[in-house]
Amino acid sequence: MAGTEALAAATRRRQRRGRALAYAALTIGVLVFAFPIWMTLVGSTHDVGTLGRGDVPLWFGPHGAENYATAWTTGGAGTRNTFVVPASTMLLNSALMAALIAVGKIAISLLSAYAVVFFAFPGRMLAFWLIFITLMLPVEVRIIPTFEVMVDLRLTNTMAGLTVPLMASATATLLFRQFFLTIPDEYVEAAKMDGAGPVRFFRDVALPLSVTNIAALFVILFIYGWNQYLWPLLMVNDRTLETIVVGLTKMIGTGDSQNEWNTIMATAMMALLPPVLVVVLMQRWFIKGLTETEK
Amino acid sequence: MRRTILAGAFALGLAGPATAQQQPVEIQFWHGLTQPLGGMLEQIAADFNASQNQYRVVASFRGSYPETMVAAIAAFRAGQAPHIVQMFEVGTGTMMAAGRAVKPVHELLAETGVQIPFDDYLPAVRGYYSLRDGRMMSMPFNSSTAVVFYNKDAFRRAGLDPEAFPQTWQALEQAARRLKAAGVECPMTMAWPTWTQVEQFSAIHNIPLATQGNGFGGLNAELRINNPLMVRHLQNLVDWQREGLFRYGGRDGQGDALFPNGTCAIIFGSSGLRARIQREAQFPWGVAMLPYYDGVAGAPINSIIGGASFWAMNRGPNATRSAEENRGIAQFFAWLARPEVVRKWHVETGFLPVRVSVFRALEAEGFYRQNPGADIPINQLLRGGGQMTENSMGIRLGGFVEIRTIIQEEMERAFQGQQNAQQALDNAVQRGNVVLRNFERQNRQ
Amino acid sequence: MQKKVIFRGVALPVALLLPQLVITGIFFFWPAGQAIWSSFLREDAFGLSREFVWFENFADILTDPNYLAVAWNTAIFSAAVAVLAMGVALFLAVQADKAIRGATAYKTLLIWPYAVAPAVAAVLWLFLFHPQIGLFGRALNAAGIAWDYKINGGQAMTLVIIAAAWKQVSYNFIFFLAGLQSIPRNVLEAAAIDGARPTRRFWTIVFPLISPTTFFLLVVNLVYAFFDTFGIIHALTQGGPGLATTTLIYRVYVDGVQNLNFGSSAAQSVILMALVIAMTAVQFRFIERKVHY
Repeated sequence: MAGTEALAAATRRRQRRGRALAYAALTIGVLVFAFPIWMTLVGSTHDVGTLGRGDVPLWFGPHGAENYATAWTTGGAGTRNTFVVPASTMLLNSALMAALIAVGKIAISLLSAYAVVFFAFPGRMLAFWLIFITLMLPVEVRIIPTFEVMVDLRLTNTMAGLTVPLMASATATLLFRQFFLTIPDEYVEAAKMDGAGPVRFFRDVALPLSVTNIAALFVILFIYGWNQYLWPLLMVNDRTLETIVVGLTKMIGTGDSQNEWNTIMATAMMALLPPVLVVVLMQRWFIKGLTETEK
Repeated sequence: MRRTILAGAFALGLAGPATAQQQPVEIQFWHGLTQPLGGMLEQIAADFNASQNQYRVVASFRGSYPETMVAAIAAFRAGQAPHIVQMFEVGTGTMMAAGRAVKPVHELLAETGVQIPFDDYLPAVRGYYSLRDGRMMSMPFNSSTAVVFYNKDAFRRAGLDPEAFPQTWQALEQAARRLKAAGVECPMTMAWPTWTQVEQFSAIHNIPLATQGNGFGGLNAELRINNPLMVRHLQNLVDWQREGLFRYGGRDGQGDALFPNGTCAIIFGSSGLRARIQREAQFPWGVAMLPYYDGVAGAPINSIIGGASFWAMNRGPNATRSAEENRGIAQFFAWLARPEVVRKWHVETGFLPVRVSVFRALEAEGFYRQNPGADIPINQLLRGGGQMTENSMGIRLGGFVEIRTIIQEEMERAFQGQQNAQQALDNAVQRGNVVLRNFERQNRQ
Repeated sequence: MQKKVIFRGVALPVALLLPQLVITGIFFFWPAGQAIWSSFLREDAFGLSREFVWFENFADILTDPNYLAVAWNTAIFSAAVAVLAMGVALFLAVQADKAIRGATAYKTLLIWPYAVAPAVAAVLWLFLFHPQIGLFGRALNAAGIAWDYKINGGQAMTLVIIAAAWKQVSYNFIFFLAGLQSIPRNVLEAAAIDGARPTRRFWTIVFPLISPTTFFLLVVNLVYAFFDTFGIIHALTQGGPGLATTTLIYRVYVDGVQNLNFGSSAAQSVILMALVIAMTAVQFRFIERKVHY
């Protein structure tokens, strides 16, 4: 009996120790993960000379406001060999692209899932499989032929070209289909008895019920759109349509140590802040979206 | 909901240009020059537009040179090519073989009756962009060549004469040792590795880079860069890198930064680097001609050029230009050849004065006395009496963009110690010849 | 699969499906078909002459030692990214699972790197590891380790792996934590009372229970490393030095966009499509199994 108690006490001690270690490990983990961002943030507040010499400080400098102002209004026009696109333009392009892709994907997927679930019509399964199979054709894999198609359609260097091709989505369609399947048949019956057609049922029942799913998906898709790289890199060579992720890497060029690193760091902060804020502020929907789209 | 989104998305992108009847003929012109050069080029187009009212050149920046090339080719395939595209010199072989995709400049001038005094152009510039019989294929514009920039302070510290840069590699090796001994962390580096250490090297030593006169004679050319002299030179660079006399600065222009910031005392780079050094270097510096190996018969002769030229393109595989459009293109080219335009571009940017008469006029005015070293590139292009051989005319190889990358990759492997110079160059020849054979096959007719 | 009570009509559902099908047809199936067709052709860059060459492009690619080297790079890179990103995430998730108080706060602090674009992640790490201006790059050089990823293939590979894994840890963390938290507490308590040591307990009880999650994440991480890391490599190393950091996707880009070798690039695309189909099949086999659990 005494032996069991001693054992239990030892277990408790071990658990306490384990927890302390866990907190320590987590704290270190958080710090390690935040460190690159910290350095970027600090880097964006120093002048170009300090960074160019390699004297990277660990604490803020006095030049933050001017660096961000430069990046915002001119994109660092003084920098050689870089594209002179103000960050304000690039942020607007990125935001527009990300929003259009997210909204477009959700709208299109919602409609097709609704058609597949609530109707019986010839070719239903064929349509479903046609959509499903696109899972196997990521844009990166077929990038060159897709580029050729875009050229043939005169869609290069347009916002439409940047967004419309990315709006088809098998994952979003699958998610909505699964969700619609959980809507009880009684709802449809009741609607039918009220004389409501499919359009009204969609507007009054299906859509309102999907709001949480839409929010969750929006977070994921907004980040997906914002972070696009290869697609805008190929599709756009008109500077007025430059997105901030692509524009940022063009600013670093070939990694020249004479780059205006202060402006670049300020631009990097602006490039990563919007999607990070979306994730942090909409964490609940983000996790829901992530875990549900990937299943 | 769906309709509005799609309509909105399309409306955002598809605002096409409307052309009325009485307006000037539009000439689309795509270029690949970043700021501030791009702005200066666009100013030239604006000046041309202001000088007459029949044609309007619409200049637009389409990304780096390779990006501009891809965009123009893709546009051509879709029947949407620009009238004029700026193409870097490595793309010359590809454009020459492009058949009805391009409108050769000599044809353009003959059809439109516009005259451009190409006799007055630097032979090295003319040669690079013309057929063997001298007919011009494209319009030369921004041209440079490779030279040496060196840090005079470092030379003084090492007890070397800052006014006399070593002329031979043998002497340069000794100088580099002394720089190293004097505490210079990086005596030598290079930018554009293939261009400065293989292409220019072959030209000034009068050895072939490829058979068929570096490809001028036909598409069946084969690479010849695994010759003993080239192997010796690359092995030296590899050994010097190991010894700390030389530093590989990265692909393309990446090495540029190592000189103006004072890290490396000597750089082999483009003459176009001058403007940047002038702006950034905090030390006295000098310009010199590329060194050569003492004892190589006939060396040194002239170096070759780099940079870009302008190509007139047809609209698409099954579409040509109207006579009016061609006249506009020819008029704009003639504008670019005007002495005052050539002169302004040279003086403001540091690129070569492509016309000999402009060079002579500036010389007479004392411009090069006030800007010491600015004439070195031109004199180097005229080295050996300006009588170019078939090894120093230029390079006319298809798929040369890819071949340059291959040579860089194999050099990088050698610098990492994964292979010696002989193996690196053998591999480069073998891989490069595959590219040449594919190109030959694709462009047979 | 289908509801019992449904609406009638053909025109409306077809109209609802149309936008999705049109986009899929134009931007997925047409290019995919084009890729397959081009993979049998040799073309000049301008599309002025073409030749049907059967499987020659495939034969050339598959016998090219450099392509095989690139495939090997891709395997190393993907495996390293997956192992690193999953290992770190699992460790942190186990700690967060133990820490009862503040778990949510830690979660928030750990998930945000997911939102950082791969290309932006590359810029952040470049700033740390640049040999001349980076904090770590300079420190390494000062410590006598010649750090220059532009000339050292191993270092270049290490750098792209770190940048790629850093971003992916948060994703794995979320799934591992969810997996761990779904393990019934009494199972663990029973084991603890049996006196099994924590490490042993983890490997014999916890790890097998989260193995479905682990397997799922493995597939996701490999897909990520294969396709989504283009931006990291493009921004950091451009595939160099030599071919040290060139991956299969990067090579498709180089051959198609820089070298204008459409036939070869298309053949590589077709090979990659086959690979994705295989990976997706594996993923779905697994999900079928998971449903039966």
